[in-house]
Amino acid sequence: MDPDTDIGGPLHKFPVTNHSAIANARSDDQVTRQRALDVILTSYWKPVYKYIRLKWQANNEDAKDLTQAFFANAFEKDHFARYDAGKASFQTFLRTCLDGFVANERKAGSRLKRGGDIDHYSLDFAAAEDEHASHAVSSTLNPEDYFHREWVRWMFTLAVDAFRQRCLDSDRMVRFQLFERYDLNDDDREVSYASLGQEFGLEPATVNNYLAAARRDFRRIVLEKLREITATDEEFRTEGRSLLGVDVK
Amino acid sequence: MKWLSDEKLNRLRTIVNEPDFSSTKYTFVKELGRGGMGAVYLVEDRELNRLVAVKVLNTPDITEDLRRRMIREAQIIAGLEHPGIVPVHDVGTLPDGRIFYAMKFVRGLRLDEYAAQGASQRDRLRKFQAVCDAVAFAHAHGVIHRDLKPQNIMIGSFGEVLVLDWGVAKVGPQMNADLFHGLIDENHDTSHGTVIGTRDYMSPEQARGEIDQIDERADVYSLGAVLRFLLDDKATKAAKAIRSKAMAHAPESRYATAAELSADIGRLLDAEPVLAYRENPVEKASRWVGKNRFLVLLVLAYLLMRILLIFTSRP
Repeated sequence: MDPDTDIGGPLHKFPVTNHSAIANARSDDQVTRQRALDVILTSYWKPVYKYIRLKWQANNEDAKDLTQAFFANAFEKDHFARYDAGKASFQTFLRTCLDGFVANERKAGSRLKRGGDIDHYSLDFAAAEDEHASHAVSSTLNPEDYFHREWVRWMFTLAVDAFRQRCLDSDRMVRFQLFERYDLNDDDREVSYASLGQEFGLEPATVNNYLAAARRDFRRIVLEKLREITATDEEFRTEGRSLLGVDVK
Repeated sequence: MKWLSDEKLNRLRTIVNEPDFSSTKYTFVKELGRGGMGAVYLVEDRELNRLVAVKVLNTPDITEDLRRRMIREAQIIAGLEHPGIVPVHDVGTLPDGRIFYAMKFVRGLRLDEYAAQGASQRDRLRKFQAVCDAVAFAHAHGVIHRDLKPQNIMIGSFGEVLVLDWGVAKVGPQMNADLFHGLIDENHDTSHGTVIGTRDYMSPEQARGEIDQIDERADVYSLGAVLRFLLDDKATKAAKAIRSKAMAHAPESRYATAAELSADIGRLLDAEPVLAYRENPVEKASRWVGKNRFLVLLVLAYLLMRILLIFTSRP
C-alpha cells in the first residue's frame, strides 16, 4: 500500500483524519480526548506564547509560564469542550479565553507560580522567543492580527515539518528536497527546473512532475491540519479562506 | 523547524492554490483573475504551441453540484458557436481533482477598461451592438446569460467583442435540444428566491429572486444597464430612450429580445428613427440633416454659388 494514502498516514504523530480535534475534545473516550488536546496544544502554543509577549507585555519567563498554565487550566477544566462553533471561530474563542485567563492571573497576582502543580509540556520556547525577539518588534499589526498571522505561519511550519516526515517515511525524500530547494529557497539566486535536474540527476520534466506532486501533497497536509482544528464545515471554510486566501470546500 | 519568513509564507500560500497541471498538456504561466466559482489562468498548450485561458475550480474538494455546474458552463459555451462567444477547447479534471475547462485566450481589454480609454460614443455603440448580437444568438438557442456587465465583456486586440462568464447561465425550455443534452435539468441550483447576477446590472425580477420569471428580457435589462454605463453626457435623446426602454421596470415594457435592442442600436447608428423614441418635426429634420450632411453641404454650396453669380453678374 502507498504509505501516503494509508489511513492515519505513515507518521502517527500527525494523524490523517477527517475528525476534528475540536469536536473530539468533548469525547468521553480518554485516549481520543487526550489526542485532541495534544493537537490543539501543538497547533496553538506558539501563537499563544507570542501573543502573550506582545499584547500582555509579559517577559519571556512569565510568557512561558502563562502559556503552560493556560493550556493546563483549559484542559483540566474542559474549557475547549464548551466551544460553540455557532458563535465564533475556535481561534477567536481560544484567544478570548486566553485574554480572560491572563487578565485573571494578573489580577490574582500570579498565584500560579513557576514550579506549581501545573502540567508542563515540552515546548520549544527558546525558538519561539528567538522568533518573537527578531520579528515582533518590526510588526505593525495589532495583537489580534499578529496572533492570526503567527497562527498562519505556525500552521504552515507544522505542515512543512509533517510533509518532510512523510517523505522521509515513504522513501520520497527527493520530493521534499526539490520542494525545499525550489519553494522554500533561502538562496537569492534563481533556481530553475533545469538546474535542479542537474543537481538531482533528473530530467526537468521529472522535476516538474515531482514538484507538482509535492505541492499537491503539501496542500493536502495543510487542509488536513486545518480540518483537525476546526469544528464545523463552515468554520473550516472560513479559516481556510484566511489561511490560504481562497475558498476551500 | 525552520522559521518561515513572510515571503516564504506568501509563496507557500500561493503554491498550494496553484492548480496542478502536471500530466496535462498545459504549462502554468500566470493567474489572470478570480471569480465566484474559480480562477482563470494563462497556460501554454504544449501540443498546439499556443496560449489558452483555463478556468479552474477554486478547490479540488468540491461538491458534486459544483462539479456539474462547472462542466455545464463549459458545455453551454461549447454549444454556442458564435464569434461573440469565447470558444471552449477542452474540459477535464486536473491531477489534483479540480475541474477545468480551456478556452481561447483573448488578448484585449474588458469593456470597462476599453471605455475608460476614451473610445468614441459611436465606437462604444458599435461594440455594444456586437454584444447584443452575441446575446441574441444565445437567446435564440435558449440560453440566458443572467450576469451581463462590462467586466464580463472583452474587446479583443482586433476589435472583436466576446461575452464571457456563462457560469450562471440559464438554459430555458426553448433550448436547442441537440446542443444542450439534458442541461435544462441542471438548473436546480437556482431555486425560487435565489438572487443571481450583479446588483447594478440585474433586472428587478432577478433582484427579487424570481427565478421563474427570468427570461430573455432580464438580459435585455442588463444590456440596458451596460448601455447606461457606456453612454456619456452627450448621448442623444434617442440613445437615452433606447437605454430607458431596455431598462424598463416591467419586462413587458422592454425590448422583447436582444435582437430587437440590437436592431434599434443599428438604426441609431444609421441615423434612422428608433423604435424607443418618437421625434418631433425639428428633431426629425435635424436627424435628416445629420444623416445627409454631404448632400446638404452640396446644396448649400450650390445655392451660395448661385447667389454669388447673381450679385457678381449685375452691371
